[in-house]
Amino acid sequence: MRHFFTILNHEIRMLLVNPSTYIAAVLFLAVMGFFFTGMLESYSGAGQEESPATFFFRYFFIPVFFMVPLLTMKCFAEERRLGTLETLLTTPVTTTEVVLGKFGSAYFLYLLLWASTGGFFYVLYRFAGDRFLDPGPLIGGYLFIAVSGLLFVALGVFASSLSRNVTVAGIMSFTLLFALIVGLNFIETMTVMDLDLMRPLKSVVGYAQVFDHLDDFSRGVVDARQCLFYVSGTVLALIFSILGVEAKLLQG
Amino acid sequence: MSDVTVPVAAIEVSHLVKAYSGVPAVNDISFSVARGEIIGFLGPNGAGKSTTMRILTGYLPATRGSVRVLGIPVATRSEEVKKVIGYMPENNPLPEDMRVSEYLYYRGRLKEIPRSKLGPRLDEVLELCDLTRVRHRILGQLSKGNRQRVGIAEAVLAEPPVIIMDEPTIGLDPHQILIVRDLIASLRGRMTVIISSHILPEIEMTCDRVLIINRGRLVAQGTPAALRREFLGHTRYRIDFAGDLAVLSAALREIDPSFQIDPGVAESIEKPFAANDGPTATSEFRHAIATTENDEDLGETLLKKLVNDNRLRIRSLVHAHPSLEDVFLAATKRSWEIVDARREPTK
Repeated sequence: MRHFFTILNHEIRMLLVNPSTYIAAVLFLAVMGFFFTGMLESYSGAGQEESPATFFFRYFFIPVFFMVPLLTMKCFAEERRLGTLETLLTTPVTTTEVVLGKFGSAYFLYLLLWASTGGFFYVLYRFAGDRFLDPGPLIGGYLFIAVSGLLFVALGVFASSLSRNVTVAGIMSFTLLFALIVGLNFIETMTVMDLDLMRPLKSVVGYAQVFDHLDDFSRGVVDARQCLFYVSGTVLALIFSILGVEAKLLQG
Repeated sequence: MSDVTVPVAAIEVSHLVKAYSGVPAVNDISFSVARGEIIGFLGPNGAGKSTTMRILTGYLPATRGSVRVLGIPVATRSEEVKKVIGYMPENNPLPEDMRVSEYLYYRGRLKEIPRSKLGPRLDEVLELCDLTRVRHRILGQLSKGNRQRVGIAEAVLAEPPVIIMDEPTIGLDPHQILIVRDLIASLRGRMTVIISSHILPEIEMTCDRVLIINRGRLVAQGTPAALRREFLGHTRYRIDFAGDLAVLSAALREIDPSFQIDPGVAESIEKPFAANDGPTATSEFRHAIATTENDEDLGETLLKKLVNDNRLRIRSLVHAHPSLEDVFLAATKRSWEIVDARREPTK
């Protein structure tokens, strides 16, 4: 595993040196700032029941749908296209180190982008007459982002490991994320789920509801089972990414 | 193959087969490379050179057969093999947005060169490949020649015992090819080098032995001289003459009955100064390629006889050595099943 840190350092350096990272960050903050402002508008219009943080994090899926595919799609697909995956894999590194290194750098950037939205809450804290910002939902919300982000980024890396084409990788990861977050939600509400036959499936689908996890985290309830869902999902996705990279080698 | 003094051959390939969906790209290839040799891999495009090289580096798994590098089997211990190999793939892919020194530093760390040694080694390699002036340039902005040099620098960076380069001189201008050729020749003895190329004069000049692959099979291996004897086992003379072709033919046959004149080639020679000479001097001389099975150098005999023959006028006689290109064309034209003794020259 000694090469893992070399690769991780290198990938993060490359991200930080690249101007497009900063352009992406600015645009991301612009979009999130727009949501935050919208939220403030509704709060100043009429009092709300829940904390601003809860309200704000309910829109988490928008950055996830757009940012995660963009951050992860070029991980493997671009290296395949350029041919540099070949030079990488003919050094004494293992595929595991490469996958983990790329995952680590993508996750790092994901966290960094989300952490910068903390600035919005700081602005709110400074300028709200209230001076009271309930820390619970805020911390819970960011914790949710950190934990769920593991799975989302891992799915993005997985999609990239399957494709030669950057665009296909991006769309595939969007589809996977959409299926996970929105698709499962939809399946839960389908009436076919009420059939007796579907009972075991229904409990599985109920367990995997990302929006429910968000609600729990936002209320300050950190459920170990939900964390397990994300962590085990991440591990599974990364294992499949490693297999995906190696399987594509067999095809030549 | 000097296996006598060295117990472990640098590379041993035995009955290697690589098939894509049942179609064999590499079909039962076996060869061995001794330490310190420089080997040239020749073959038409799609013959299986790149595939073989990728299997040697452990990047692609083979379908059947065994490959050992310095005695280490590639299939089971590929991480160890990757530590002793330096590889430069075809088209030399480089990340576009790194600087030269950054890239080489990164590659050095990946190849487990300790940090303390990496700095000086980097300077050495940059000096060796004449990259010191461009060390801070971004890879995407380098010229083709510099990019190739970065690729070669990267391959020799960790001083691996075995270096594999897929078409290292492609796209380079003659100056750059010279530099690369000298670089590769300087590695002889210290490192074992396998190069694949289409630039046959380069291979002829740099390589100790040549392996010719066609359609996944090894159709020839040996030193360039040995291959010339095997495939084009005859001597060729090019004669510039004026006169009757039949007379020339007969005269040649008197010297040696196996003489044959290549029928397609007795053409007119363009005379650049035709306008200034009289009418009798325009394009009168033709050249003919005559081949014989006789190994001796018949130059003197030919000259004496032909010059003294009044029916012919001889202007030049050249003992034409078949180039590696002729060997290549002959070897890759014939199929491995046909056991031909000698063939007509292909030109």
